[in-house]
Amino acid sequence: MSENHLLSPNSAPHSDVEDIKRRSDYLRGSLAETLEDRISGSIPEDDNRLMKFHGSYMQDDRDLRNERSKQKLEPAYQFMVRVRAAGGVVTPEQWLMMDDIAQKFANGTIRLTTRQSFQLHGVIKWNMKQVIQEVNEALLSTLAACGDVNRNVMCNPNPYESEVHQEVYEWAKKISNHLDPRTRAYHEIWLDEEKVVDSRDGVEQEPIYGPVYLPRKFKIGIAVPPANDVDVFSQDLGFIAIHEEGRLLGFNVAVGGGMGMTHGDPKTYPQVARVIGFATPEQVLDVAEKTVMIQRDYGDRAVRKHARFKYTIDDRGIEWFVHELEQRLGWELEQARPYHFEHNGDRYGWVKGSDDNWHFTLFIQNGRVKDEDNYLLKSGLREIAKVHTGDFRLTPNQNLLIGNVTSEKKPEIEQIIQAYGLTDGAAYSALRRNSMACVSLPTCGLAMAEAERYLPTLLDEIELILDEAGLRDEEIVIRMTGCPNGCARPALAEISFIGKAVGKYNMYLGGGFSGNRLNKLYRENIGEKEILNELRPILNRYAKEREEGEHFGDFVIRAGYVKEVKSGLDFHE
Amino acid sequence: MVLKVTDSPFSQEQVELLNRLLPTLSEVQKVWLSGYLAALHKVEAPMAAGFQATLAANGPVISKEVTVLFGSQSGNSQKLAKVLTGKLQEHGFHVTLSSMSDFKTNALKKVENLLVVVSTHGDGEPPDNALSFHEFLHSKRAPQLEGLRFSVLALGDTSYELFCQTGKEFDKRLEELGGKRLTPRVDCDVDYDEQASEWMNQVLASLSETTATQVAAASAFVGGAVIGSGSLTEYSRSNPFQAVVLENLNLNGRGSDKETRHLEISLEGCNLEYEPGDCLGIYPKNHPGLVRELIDAMGWKPEEPVPINKNGEELPLEEALSSHFEITLLTKPLLEQAVKLSSGNGLQELLAEGREQELRDYVRNRDLLDLVEDYDLKGVPAKDFVSVLRKLPPRLYSISSSLKSYPDEVHLTIRNVHYQAHGRDRYGVCSSYIADRLETGDTLPVFVQHNPNFKLPANPDIPLIMIGPGTGVAPFRAFLGEREELGATGKTWLFFGDQHFSTDFLYQLEWQRWLKQGVLTHMDVAFSRDTSEKVYVQHRMLEKSKELYQWLQAGAHVYVCGDEKKMAHDVHAALVTVLQKEGGLDSEEAVAYLKRMQQEKRYQRDVY
Repeated sequence: MSENHLLSPNSAPHSDVEDIKRRSDYLRGSLAETLEDRISGSIPEDDNRLMKFHGSYMQDDRDLRNERSKQKLEPAYQFMVRVRAAGGVVTPEQWLMMDDIAQKFANGTIRLTTRQSFQLHGVIKWNMKQVIQEVNEALLSTLAACGDVNRNVMCNPNPYESEVHQEVYEWAKKISNHLDPRTRAYHEIWLDEEKVVDSRDGVEQEPIYGPVYLPRKFKIGIAVPPANDVDVFSQDLGFIAIHEEGRLLGFNVAVGGGMGMTHGDPKTYPQVARVIGFATPEQVLDVAEKTVMIQRDYGDRAVRKHARFKYTIDDRGIEWFVHELEQRLGWELEQARPYHFEHNGDRYGWVKGSDDNWHFTLFIQNGRVKDEDNYLLKSGLREIAKVHTGDFRLTPNQNLLIGNVTSEKKPEIEQIIQAYGLTDGAAYSALRRNSMACVSLPTCGLAMAEAERYLPTLLDEIELILDEAGLRDEEIVIRMTGCPNGCARPALAEISFIGKAVGKYNMYLGGGFSGNRLNKLYRENIGEKEILNELRPILNRYAKEREEGEHFGDFVIRAGYVKEVKSGLDFHE
Repeated sequence: MVLKVTDSPFSQEQVELLNRLLPTLSEVQKVWLSGYLAALHKVEAPMAAGFQATLAANGPVISKEVTVLFGSQSGNSQKLAKVLTGKLQEHGFHVTLSSMSDFKTNALKKVENLLVVVSTHGDGEPPDNALSFHEFLHSKRAPQLEGLRFSVLALGDTSYELFCQTGKEFDKRLEELGGKRLTPRVDCDVDYDEQASEWMNQVLASLSETTATQVAAASAFVGGAVIGSGSLTEYSRSNPFQAVVLENLNLNGRGSDKETRHLEISLEGCNLEYEPGDCLGIYPKNHPGLVRELIDAMGWKPEEPVPINKNGEELPLEEALSSHFEITLLTKPLLEQAVKLSSGNGLQELLAEGREQELRDYVRNRDLLDLVEDYDLKGVPAKDFVSVLRKLPPRLYSISSSLKSYPDEVHLTIRNVHYQAHGRDRYGVCSSYIADRLETGDTLPVFVQHNPNFKLPANPDIPLIMIGPGTGVAPFRAFLGEREELGATGKTWLFFGDQHFSTDFLYQLEWQRWLKQGVLTHMDVAFSRDTSEKVYVQHRMLEKSKELYQWLQAGAHVYVCGDEKKMAHDVHAALVTVLQKEGGLDSEEAVAYLKRMQQEKRYQRDVY
């Protein structure tokens, strides 16, 4: 192991989060006690830092914050609980459990995330233990759904290439299991397992992470070309499945992608992962483990906003990383194999797999599963789950795939889809079908502007322009986030909006349609009126002047609206 | 500087003497005299605390006290405030560092050196933890800050139109309130390090300079200590003070079944004083809907003058019924009088001997409108009718503030009573008046009702056990405020309960602050509707019986406030159980123990 393990690459002292982790005794902290405190629905900040590793963090209803403060009440503290499943695959029974938990303990809705996880919002402190227990009873977990560890491993969910997909999914699960934290804290705090006095030192308790875990979160995703729905270039570590006639040959390895940045700090930027070579399926666990350990040893532990893997690589150079990796592996990667991506969106509606099972991809606006007066989405899915014999797959675009429906079962599922009017999005504009927004207000503590609650109405307005221009069925990827941390992967969209203040967004253009290129800042700090005024002439011109098959993101570069961004290092230029 | 009767606590004769004497004094003589009076005051009978504080503050002591306040959204301002604090401490300053939201606004008057580090959030908005302080400073309640020296470091982002807006507003407002700028405000962009440290250096230089020359300034005299008209009128129950309402808000969060008003009332301009445990009397007005319906039911004219007392004073009927007479309570004497108002109205039978229970059932939850509708009283002239009515009595509420924490103010905690009975909405007279019809800026006739049977022990070291579910918690806010201001070291333990944690935790932020500061040692809460089994304060007491017993043995005083019928009884029983279980007493001995405590004034109750 490298000598500088736990040392910062620069001479600055560790960030306070590092101290919290170090003192926490493998993620225990004082959580057990502070969860019991009846005077506040909150937990102290130190424990909240640790809570993230357990798959949850504290939020409050920001709509009520000022009102409650005047009323001399603390903020309406509540917890977001993130439930992960590698590749987003769950059984119908697990779906029903999530539905039930959401109803009993959360705000009655389920949020599907851009990393194929479930999010429950609005869980109060005194229900946290029961929620996590029930999640675990459903054989799902929240451990490491957040925090400075490897997060949910993403994987293309659509098994139209059924055999390859099945194999790839198995590897996603193996990577996920391999990188799970080993601490017993989770079981002690939430599952009432006895506390065992553990005298082993850090390396034995957490052989991969050690006692202070990673400097920052770490994301892994696997794409199966031609679909890049997992946005493989946004991942810290991406694998691109290379397959031939239904056979998985291995994976191209891509490293150093990431979305987050900070407004006004050009030293932070989104970055796309770079392909460094090829590994066979049997080699990927080793590649993942060593990559994580390199980031553990070299990642910046002094400045959290400079701690993601992309900065470790950009600071030292990709050649350094390949060398370091191959040293640790003891073998060399093969040369990367050719691959081709078409799109980073989802394939809606019914698709038949090569094993003759059927898969239905449902359009879910911004991933929010709930019942509304005229659209009983949550109830409809519950009815499907009751009879479904296949599985459910959360897609990386916050949609839901009802997977592995046999030909015999298909009419029954189709009948429920019809009865509840569940939509494959065909009635919507192609823009809306390719839209994503993060959760943002009122629960997200980082949000500066609306996203999930606002994007649908903004799209209503943009659709009027599309109709005028005759672009309703033109697939354009549009994304919105309430802050620059990038949960909806906005830096890869053809059009994106990143919140700066309530009602104000930075507008970016020119991302690649298949998730292959970052976009570029076009206008700063604008509101809805300016957004529409800016978009109208560009869309109209695109309608008239585009070349055969030319995507919007490519057009805006050719037409000179923005410069092409080749690397995150040019993002702010 | 000339003293007047109206802006000082002196009589005309004293003012004349002082005005003759003061101009002849040298600076040294003035300082000597103020020190002499302050020392003299310590051995003599206590005077008003505010006056004492003013004198002490003007003593010849060089202040190196600096208050650093920050308003921070993302943590940058907080970080800079910490750095600044470190620098100041290195230079020997005593620094109080606080977020604006944790800072007690009533302490602002006493601050001499104030350094503000604040960011601007979104489109020119203050950060969340600066909102309340920002609002306070821009409200009418902001104090004059003539003695204040200040400087502002503003953080912002030039890509926003309203760059550093919040910092600019604080800077401007502090000056308007009379503050003097130590150094000019500095506005920082996203990359703030350099400008911030420059500002810190300037502030340090300026502070070091001024503390050295402060002695000369110390002689600025007592002036301004008593603002407004120091009228000598004695206000009382019979002569209530028309107090201005400063704040009237609902303490219960959205979704609560309850509505509890927090009322802040100004006592400025009157000489009313109170101690923790005292009550405030309010003369309310009857519900206008009820008044109107009664007048309509009887076919009276609202403007008709009616006599309101035996001296022949008159008021228009509508006004008399709203603010002078009680119309919501039926009593046997009232019904007996009403019988005589007209013949054959049927009331006679209800009042007949042997029908007492029926009468009790009838008067419960009924009012005058029910009476005139249920019995044939139509045709009785208004002036005759009102002659049998009782004068509207004032309502008494336990005061929920300490005068020491909020000089010139009194706070109340009032639950709005509203229910349905006999097919009609019924409103608590005073609570609905306050909750539904009284606005900030309105006046309210009030007086102080002293309550010698609910008083803090004179010795501030004695531990307190306070049990106050619901609005019963009101006086304990006053107790803790008092102990905070006194710097008392005695331990304190509060038991509170209500229906729901999330919406009904009255004054939650204040208890949390006191717990953090140690003013409140323990707090136990019981929220009855959050769990399948109803949990009340007495259950929490029993859970902690061992510790409670230790406190009792250590001489703690026990205070109970709130509902008499159920709560006070259950709490008493819980105390008996604690004494039996932990002290090995039998039930008789336990009861006797509590009786003895009551006699020694160690067990006091304000129950209703």
